[in-house]
Amino acid sequence: MCSICGCGDNTAKPHTHDHGHPHTHDHDHDHHHHHDTPQHAHAPGLTPTRMVQIEQDIMAKNQAYADANRKTFAARGLFVVNLVSSPGSGKTSLLVKTAEALKSRLPLAVIEGDQQTGLDAARIKATGIPAHQINTGKGCHLDAHAVGHALDHLPAFKNGILFIENVGNLVCPAGFDLGEAHKAVILSTTEGEDKPLKYPDMFYASDLMILNKSDLLPYVDFNVEKAQTYATQIHPTLTTLTLSARTGEGMEAWYNWLLEGAARAKVG
Amino acid sequence: MHEMALCEGLVQALEETAAAQGFTKIHAVWLEIGALATVEPGAMRFNFDIVTHGTVAAGARLEIAEIPARAWCMQCSAEIAVNSHGAGCPNCGSYQLQILDGQQIRIKQLEVA
Repeated sequence: MCSICGCGDNTAKPHTHDHGHPHTHDHDHDHHHHHDTPQHAHAPGLTPTRMVQIEQDIMAKNQAYADANRKTFAARGLFVVNLVSSPGSGKTSLLVKTAEALKSRLPLAVIEGDQQTGLDAARIKATGIPAHQINTGKGCHLDAHAVGHALDHLPAFKNGILFIENVGNLVCPAGFDLGEAHKAVILSTTEGEDKPLKYPDMFYASDLMILNKSDLLPYVDFNVEKAQTYATQIHPTLTTLTLSARTGEGMEAWYNWLLEGAARAKVG
Repeated sequence: MHEMALCEGLVQALEETAAAQGFTKIHAVWLEIGALATVEPGAMRFNFDIVTHGTVAAGARLEIAEIPARAWCMQCSAEIAVNSHGAGCPNCGSYQLQILDGQQIRIKQLEVA
C-alpha cells in the first residue's frame, strides 16, 4: 500500500512495524504516484516532502500548566479538590453546605466552572467565602491554564482548601488534570446507578465517589450497593461516601475526608 | 466535544514544530491514541479538518493508530491486554488491574515540506 495516499492493490501488505517507532519510507516497492497532487507534481522549484519524527503528547501543554498549579498549591499548603459530575448532581449545594460548616475552621475558596452565568459563584460568595467564576463559553471542561489564572482572582490564602467545581459534564473533564490532589465524582440518587459503567473514564480518574441526595433513597430505585460495585469495578481503590447535602446526613464523613486532606497538605 | 480542544492543542504543537524546524506545509500527521485515552478517534478526525483550516496543516491527512492498552493483573500476576476500564482480566475476571499503557494521545511523525 502506498503510504502517501493509501491506495494500492489489496494484496499489498499493510505497513506495520514490530519495533517501537515509525520510520521513513525506506523500502522498495513498485513506484506509482499521482502527478496531479502537489506533493508529487514534478514542477521545478517545488519542495519535496520529508518525514519528521516527533514524540509529543498532545496533553503536554495542559500537563505543564497542571504541574505548575500543583507546585503553587503545595507551596501554599492547599488541599485542592476537583469536583466533577453530571449537571444537577448537587455540586454547588454540597459546596454551600461545606462552606458554612468549615469556614470557621480553615480558609476556603472556590473556583466555579460553568459555560455561562456567575450564578454559582454568587451562591458560594453568599456564604462569605471567596469564589471566582470561570465561564468556558462553548467549552465543555476546565483546563489547567484557566485554573492558574483564576487563582489570581482569589486571595493568596495558605493552609486551606480550594474547591474547583468543574463544568457539569461526566465526560470531558476526566482527561484534564488541573493540578488537584483528587478528583471527586458526585453521583446523585436521582441518576442511574449504572453511571460508573457508562462513563468509566470519570470514575477511573476520581479517587472519591460521593453519592448525594441520600434523603431521596426511599423514593427512587437507586441501588447504593450496585453503584459501589460498578464503581469499584472501574476503580478498585475508589472511596465512597453516601450523604445528603440537603439534610446533612453523612456530611461529617465528607468533612473528615477534607480535613484529613488539608492536614496532609499543610505547610509550616 | 473536548476533542475540539485537543485538536486545537495539536495544531498549536504543529505550528510550533513548523516554526522551530523551518517547514511551511504539513501534508500528513500520524497520531497514536491509546484504547484508554479519553478521546474518540472519529471526533478527532472530524475536528481536525475544521481546526487546521488556515494553518500550516490545512488539508493535511490525519492517520490515527489506535494502540491497545496493557494492564497488570494483581490476581494473575501477569500482563494482560485491556480494551476498556471495568472490563476485568480476561484470564481470571479480577478488576484489580493496574493500567500500564494505553492512555496516550501522541503525535508520532509528520510529512512536511
